[in-house]
Amino acid sequence: MFRYIVRRLLQMVLTFFGATFIVYALMFAVQDDPIQALVGERPITESQRAALTERYHLDDNFFAQYWYYMKGLLTGDFGTSMTNRKVSSMLADAWPVTMRLALLAIVIAATIAILAGVVSGIRRGSIFDNATLVITLIVLAMPIVVLAPLAQLVFGIKLGWFPATAGKNATLWQLLLPAGVLASLVVATELRVTRASVAENLRADYVRTARAKGLTGARVIGVHVLRNSLIPVITLIGVDLGALMSGAIVTEKVFNIPGVGFNLFRGIRTEDGPLVVGFVSVLVIVFLVVNLVVDLLYAALDPRIRYE
Amino acid sequence: MTPVTDIKAQMDVLPGLDPRAPLLHVDDLRVEFRTRDGVAKAVNGATFYLNAGETLAILGESGCGKSVTAQAVMGILDSPPGHVTGGRVLYRGVDLLKLGEKDRRKVRANRIAMIFQDALSALNPVYTVGFQLAELFRKHRGMSRASSKLRSIELLDQVRIPAAKDRINDYPHQFSGGMRQRVMIAMALALDPEVLIADEPTTALDVTVQAQIMGLLAELQHQRNMGLILITHDMGVVADVADRISVMYAGKIVEEAPVYDIYARPAHPYTKALLESIPRLDHKGRQLNVIRGLPPSLTDIPSGCSFHPRCGYAREICRGDQPPPSYQIAPHRIASCHFIREVLGV
Amino acid sequence: MSDTSILAAEVPAVGRPRSLAGDAWHDLRRSKVFWVALVLIVVILLMAAWPSLFTSADPRECVLSRQHKPAGGSAIFGYDFQGCDVYAKTVYGARYSIIVGVFATLIAGLIGAAFGLSAGFFGGWIDAVLSRFVDVMLGIPLLLGAIVLAKRLSSDPASNGVFAVTVTLGLLGWTTAARVMRSSVIAAKNQDYVAAARMLGAGNSRLLFRHILPNSMASFIVVLTILLGINIASEATLSFLGIGLKGDAISWGIAISEATGYVRVAAGPLIWPSLFLAATVLAFIMLGDAVRDAFDPKLR
Repeated sequence: MFRYIVRRLLQMVLTFFGATFIVYALMFAVQDDPIQALVGERPITESQRAALTERYHLDDNFFAQYWYYMKGLLTGDFGTSMTNRKVSSMLADAWPVTMRLALLAIVIAATIAILAGVVSGIRRGSIFDNATLVITLIVLAMPIVVLAPLAQLVFGIKLGWFPATAGKNATLWQLLLPAGVLASLVVATELRVTRASVAENLRADYVRTARAKGLTGARVIGVHVLRNSLIPVITLIGVDLGALMSGAIVTEKVFNIPGVGFNLFRGIRTEDGPLVVGFVSVLVIVFLVVNLVVDLLYAALDPRIRYE
Repeated sequence: MTPVTDIKAQMDVLPGLDPRAPLLHVDDLRVEFRTRDGVAKAVNGATFYLNAGETLAILGESGCGKSVTAQAVMGILDSPPGHVTGGRVLYRGVDLLKLGEKDRRKVRANRIAMIFQDALSALNPVYTVGFQLAELFRKHRGMSRASSKLRSIELLDQVRIPAAKDRINDYPHQFSGGMRQRVMIAMALALDPEVLIADEPTTALDVTVQAQIMGLLAELQHQRNMGLILITHDMGVVADVADRISVMYAGKIVEEAPVYDIYARPAHPYTKALLESIPRLDHKGRQLNVIRGLPPSLTDIPSGCSFHPRCGYAREICRGDQPPPSYQIAPHRIASCHFIREVLGV
Repeated sequence: MSDTSILAAEVPAVGRPRSLAGDAWHDLRRSKVFWVALVLIVVILLMAAWPSLFTSADPRECVLSRQHKPAGGSAIFGYDFQGCDVYAKTVYGARYSIIVGVFATLIAGLIGAAFGLSAGFFGGWIDAVLSRFVDVMLGIPLLLGAIVLAKRLSSDPASNGVFAVTVTLGLLGWTTAARVMRSSVIAAKNQDYVAAARMLGAGNSRLLFRHILPNSMASFIVVLTILLGINIASEATLSFLGIGLKGDAISWGIAISEATGYVRVAAGPLIWPSLFLAATVLAFIMLGDAVRDAFDPKLR
C-alpha cells in the first residue's frame, strides 16, 4: 500500500507539472503580444499593460515566467481579473455553488448507473437491457449544448415541472434539473461499465463458488458480484469529473447558476484572460487531485493492488 | 466452541429424506446447453452412485461433460444456457432436481459440497479468506462474527495452514497455490457435508503439492466417513486414491468398475485406449498408443455408440441407432459395449 | 479449463469458418443500428456537400421584420430572432460541423497512430516517455484545454475560427486513439506469427506495416469513429461558449447559443439545430458502437 501511494504521488507530481506547463505554454508561448492575447480586443492603457507585464513577469524568460506562475498557484495566488477582483476570492464565492451542483450530479448519476447497470448486467438480452442500451446510446450522443437548453425548455418552461433557472442561493430543488443535465453527461458511460463488469463477474469462478456455498441469490449478487463490479465504476468517477467541469460551464450559464463554470463562461465572453487562466489552472489542479484520491480509493477497494 | 447444529435436524424434515437410503444416486442425468448456434448435449444419461466413506473417480477427457455433471448435481449450472433436461439426482432418497430453490440451497455446502480446480479464481479476490469462510457459519448456522471467526481458524488449522490465526485476514492472492487449495478444502468441509465433489482439485498444482493435497483429502475423508467424487482426467491420481472408477465419454458413463479391475482388465475400448496411452517405464522404446481422432463435438454426437468413429473394435452394429446396452460383467462392474468379450480378451 | 469453457469454444464452430473481418461484416449487415447510422451519415454528408439540394433559401438572408415569425413557405422551421430562415441555417450548419469533425479527427488519428505505434512497437524507454506524456495530456480535461488553446489560436479577429477549432480539437483529442493503438500493437506484436515473420528476417517497417498495423486497425477505427462524433459535439460546445466558430460561419453551436436567449419567445430556433446536432453525433457514435460489437462479440 505504502509503495503504491508513493508511486502514485510521484506520478501525480509529474502529471501536475506537465499539465500545468502545457496549459501555461498554450497560453503564453510564441505569442506576439501576450498582453493583447490576454485581454482580447479591448483597449488597454499603458498602466494596465505595465501591471500585466509585472504580474505575469513577461519581461523574464519563459521558464522564469512558468516558475512565477507555479509559485502563485501553489501559494493560492491565482491572479486578479480584469474587473480588479482577486481570482481567489471569486473562486471562494463560486466554489460552494458548483460543489453542490456537482455532488448532486454525481449522486444522481451513480445511483441510476449502478441500479440500472446491475439489472442490465444480470438480465442481459432482456427488454430492460435492450431499452437501457438504446437510451444510453442516445444520452451518450447528446452534447451538453443540446441537453442543457432543451431540458430547460421542456422540463422548466413547457412542462413547468422544475424551476427553469436557479439563482445564487439555489435550493436543492432548484438545482435538481441542472444536476440531472450534468448527470446525464456521465451516467451513460458509468451504466455501460457497470453492466459490462457485472456481466463479466457473473461468469467468474468465484460466483460459482459462492453459489456452491448455498448462499442466496441476493447475497451472491449483492456481496460477491457487486463489490468486484464497482471497482472499475469508482475509477470512472475521477475521469468523469473532467466531463462534469466542462458540462458545468454550459449548464451553469444556461440555468444562471453563479458557480465556477458561470464565471469562466463570463470570463471567456468578456475576454478576461487573467480570469480564464486562473480558473482553468485551478480546475486542472482539482481534476488531478481528485484523480489521485480516486486512485487511492481504488487501492482501498481492490486488495490485489494494495499489496502489489 | 462447538456450534449448535440444529440445521441438520431441520433438514431432516425434507420430504422423503431417508437416512438409510443410498448416499447419492445419479440416474440417467441429461444436461443441454442451448445457444444461438445450436444445442450442445453435454450430459447424455449419466448414471452412477456413491456410498459413504467411498471415493468414486469420474474419469474423462476435457469436454466430456464431467464438470457439467458435477455442477448439475450441485444445482449451480449456468442457466441459461445450461438446462437439466432429464434424470434424477437422489440424495438419501430425495430427488434434488425436484426441490425448490430454498431447499436446494440448504443442501449445498451442508450436505453436498464442492471444490474447484483453480482456487485462485474460485475464491473471491476482494474478500479475506476469513470472511469467505465465516460467511458459511454466519449464513447457514446463524453464528456470530466472533464465534464464526474462531471456527474458521480451527478449520484452517485442520487443513494444516501454518499460523492460521494470522492468515485468516489475508486475501486469496497472498497464498501459494497449494495453500489456496487448502483454503478451498476448508471451505467445502466447513459444514460437515456427507458428499464432497472435487473437480480436478490438483490439476493446477505442482506435482509435489498435488500429492500433499490428495493426501490431505484422503485423510479428511477417512476421518469424516465422507463420500468423495473425484473428477479428473489424470489416471495416475485415480489409481492412488479411488475405490471405484466411472469412465465418461461424450456425456455418458461407458464403464464403471473397482479401481484394480479397471487397471488390470478394462472392458470398454475407450478405457483400454486411455490406459494404453499412458507412458510406462516397462514399455520403454515401444511406440505409444494414442487414441485416434478428437472427442466428438457436443452439438453433433455420433449415432449409436458415440465412440465408434475412434474405436478399433467398431462394427456395423456400433453405428446403428441404438447405443450399446450396459452389460453387467461382474458385481460392481458395468460396461457399455457390444464387444466386451473381445476387449476383455475372453 | 472447465468443461463449460471448452464447450463455449466448440459451439460456434458450426458451419463454414470465416475470417475475423468477414465475421464482423456478417454481423454488421444484420445490425439495425449500423444501417440507421449509415443512412443518417449519408444524409448529413449530402447536406454538408450540397446544402442547396435541401433548401433553396439563403441562410444569410435575414430580415428583421420576420423576427420569430412561425413556419411558412419554404421556411418550415420558422425564423429566428434576426429573421433568418431556421431550416436553411440548420441545413447549412452541417458543413462546418463535418469539416471540423473530420479534419480534427484526422489530425488526432495521425498523432495518435504515430504515438501509439512507436510506443507499442519499440517499447522500452520510448514507450515509457511517450506513455508519461499521454498521462500528462490526460491530466487536462478536453474542454478546459480547448478553451485555452482555441482562444490562443483564434487571436485574428477576421478569421471564422474553423482552422483554430480544428487544430485545437486535433491537438487535444488524440490520447485515447494513442492508447488504443499502443495496446493493440503490443497485443499483435506478441502474436506468434509476428515472431515467426521476424525470424524469417522481416525488417521493422515490413513487420509494422504488413503484419502489425492491419491487425491493430479495427479497434483504432472504432475509436476514431466515436471521436468524430465527440469532435462535432465539442465544436458546437466551443462555438456556444464563443471561442469556436464565429463571424459569418454558420454553426449549430452558435445557433443554439443565440436561441437560448429567446427560448421563452420561440423554441424552434433552439430545437432544430439541437436535433440536427444530436442526430449527427448519435450517427457516428452508433456507427462506432455497431462496428465494435461486430468485431468484439464477447459481451453479447
